[in-house]
Amino acid sequence: MFFTDWPDRQKEVTHKQIIMNQLIAFIRKEIYHIIRDKKTLLVLFGLPVIQILLFGFALTNEVKNTKLYILDMSKDLYSQQLIEKLHASKYFEVSGEIPRMEDAYSLLRAGKAHMVVVIPGQFSFQLNHNNNTTIQLITDGANPNMSSTIQMYATGVINDFRNDVFGKLELPYTIEVKSRMLYNPQLKGAYTFVPGVIAMILMIICTLMTSVSIVREKELGNMEMLLVSPMNPLIVIFSKAIPYLVLSLIIVTVILTMSVTILDVPIRGNIFLLYLVCLIFIVASLALGLVISTITDSQQVAMMISLMGLMLPTLMFGGFMFPIENMPLPLQVVSNVVPAKWFYYSINSIMIKGLGLKSVYKEVLILIGYCLVFLTISYKKFKIRLA
Amino acid sequence: MTTFIFILKKEFRQIFRDPAILRLIFIMPMLQLIVLPFAADYEIKNIKIGIIDHDHSDYSRTLVSKIEHSAYFRLAGYTHTFKEGLQWIEDDKADLLIEIPHRFEATLIRESKADILLAVNAVNGTKGNLGAAYTLGVIQQFNQNIRVEWFQMPEFNPEPIIDVTYTSLYNPHRNYQLFMVPGILAVLLTMVGGFLSALNIVKEKEIGTIEQLNVSPIKKYQFIMGKIVPFWLLGFVILTVGLVISFIVHGIVPGSNIYVLYLFSALYLLAILGFGLLLSNFTNTQQQAMMVAFFFMLIFILLSGLYTPIESMPPWAQVVAAFNPVSYMVEVMRMVLLKGATIKDIWPQIKIIFVFGVVLNFLAIYSYNKTN
Repeated sequence: MFFTDWPDRQKEVTHKQIIMNQLIAFIRKEIYHIIRDKKTLLVLFGLPVIQILLFGFALTNEVKNTKLYILDMSKDLYSQQLIEKLHASKYFEVSGEIPRMEDAYSLLRAGKAHMVVVIPGQFSFQLNHNNNTTIQLITDGANPNMSSTIQMYATGVINDFRNDVFGKLELPYTIEVKSRMLYNPQLKGAYTFVPGVIAMILMIICTLMTSVSIVREKELGNMEMLLVSPMNPLIVIFSKAIPYLVLSLIIVTVILTMSVTILDVPIRGNIFLLYLVCLIFIVASLALGLVISTITDSQQVAMMISLMGLMLPTLMFGGFMFPIENMPLPLQVVSNVVPAKWFYYSINSIMIKGLGLKSVYKEVLILIGYCLVFLTISYKKFKIRLA
Repeated sequence: MTTFIFILKKEFRQIFRDPAILRLIFIMPMLQLIVLPFAADYEIKNIKIGIIDHDHSDYSRTLVSKIEHSAYFRLAGYTHTFKEGLQWIEDDKADLLIEIPHRFEATLIRESKADILLAVNAVNGTKGNLGAAYTLGVIQQFNQNIRVEWFQMPEFNPEPIIDVTYTSLYNPHRNYQLFMVPGILAVLLTMVGGFLSALNIVKEKEIGTIEQLNVSPIKKYQFIMGKIVPFWLLGFVILTVGLVISFIVHGIVPGSNIYVLYLFSALYLLAILGFGLLLSNFTNTQQQAMMVAFFFMLIFILLSGLYTPIESMPPWAQVVAAFNPVSYMVEVMRMVLLKGATIKDIWPQIKIIFVFGVVLNFLAIYSYNKTN
């Protein structure tokens, strides 16, 4: 009894050790895979950096440098003053004057003009003697928001011109509205897209990279070798996931550092909570990657599913590019299925609004639920034998 | 020529024998074209409003019901204190708070002036801004009604007034979907063409079949052409299906001769396929090709003017956009489908995209090495 007892225990210990060693060896192999592929690594770090820079400095829905043409049928003092005033506005760029109405349509159609301002004949005379005249603004309405905005700006400039020349209109019974912009007084776009960029990058690294790297082993035939080896197949999968998890955390840190230093986006809430939510989302995305890898055999299919089936929903319903409350009801219902939506809500609440766990526990629980569901599915579907 | 036909046969077989890819090529983009325009709606609607009414007067009630009945707003509810209102904003129960002060009606009539406080959740800048603007519009209209009630406007304008009338062309119903669909179609064409061609040569590299091709007497240009032509034809199929879907689902009828669009797409697909092949010459694994392609596609799409106008970008970004083939496709697609542009209108874009096509394909052929 004594004899058989202790080697057994030792065997148990060594067995654990062997598993540990296997795992470490495999993780090392995966890390080499990732590090040796310099181009992909460059893209993984370049992507968030470029995105932050583009969203932060290049992309804006603000309307600027609108190309304007004038059809001036008066050519008198007031019309000249009005044109000068439009020219001086930072929103407009008066590109030229046109003699005929037909030119307006051809310029708008070719995209050379965004708006044509039609000043009627006898502009000064009408204003001085009839106290009334009408200006027509013809806009390229293909983009409705832009067209409304430039109409609004142009009306503002025209009213300014009127007030400059004839003095301000004093109206009785005026309600004065005092507006206060909460959380983001300068109306920066950065506040909405930083959590979105994080969600998207995590989705790429965790789901896409993981699923592709597992499917590649299948496609190249390595999987067969790994499965016939005495190793637990779960270790193979597990060791694939861990390096990507670490990589994701590093990239989250890069994004957060960049947004705080370059874009001045504050982290108002608890940073540990922020990382905790990121970690949960990372696990969920990794598990999703595993699910994809179990249902496909070709890298191209895995990529297409991850890209088109997941990236686009993440972009769409992540809540950072398009406001969800604008969508038709069926889509709003569908958006609840997308994990990125819940991630976005919780990150947004923690980072920008500075709320605690109490306010985001629902979202966090949903994300944890996703982790469990995906892990269960991938575990159930994971086949030790190849077809 | 016969060699080329054999290469084409091989490529087509390769595409059609992978049903999963074919399904994905068609179903995914089509699904997106149907669903995405409904989601990519920048029209601001359903703004949730919280009311803090300290006045409880006739006027304050009228104002609230006016806001409630406007198409943009939804009443989230009433609260008694501003603090509670802020809590609502934190919980996303309200986007916007309106505080009507005590004795609002009385002050307005007696002193001819009264205040209203508007607090807007501006985490989403655009939404906050437009929400405030819409509320302001409703309040101003309400204000105008009060003025009419208390003040008799003279028949002849006592002071000069300039009326402004608006004519919005091409999209009279201000339908945002109409604006997004052509752009999304352009992006889908880009994604399918760019990704598939980028992955194609790399796949041959990864599974080793490229060696066989390299030792065969196929010329470099024949090889590249053989990779381009099938996807080029596939691109036309996707464009056609996309146009049919945008007609059936979104009711978009091309404003001008559709052949203009096909002509431009022919050149554009050539350019984007050349770009994909160029990428695949510089990468070794599918994963790598995919990531690099994704990197460029993302920059191309974000700077294409699909979501945000190119004119609003800073000068450096506008320069980048000028070297971005996708921005020309998005522009032309919108011009033809919405505005009915003729071949004369898009002539400058045709010239530019032709240069893109020639340069990119030349580089793709040049950089493809038969030796390892």
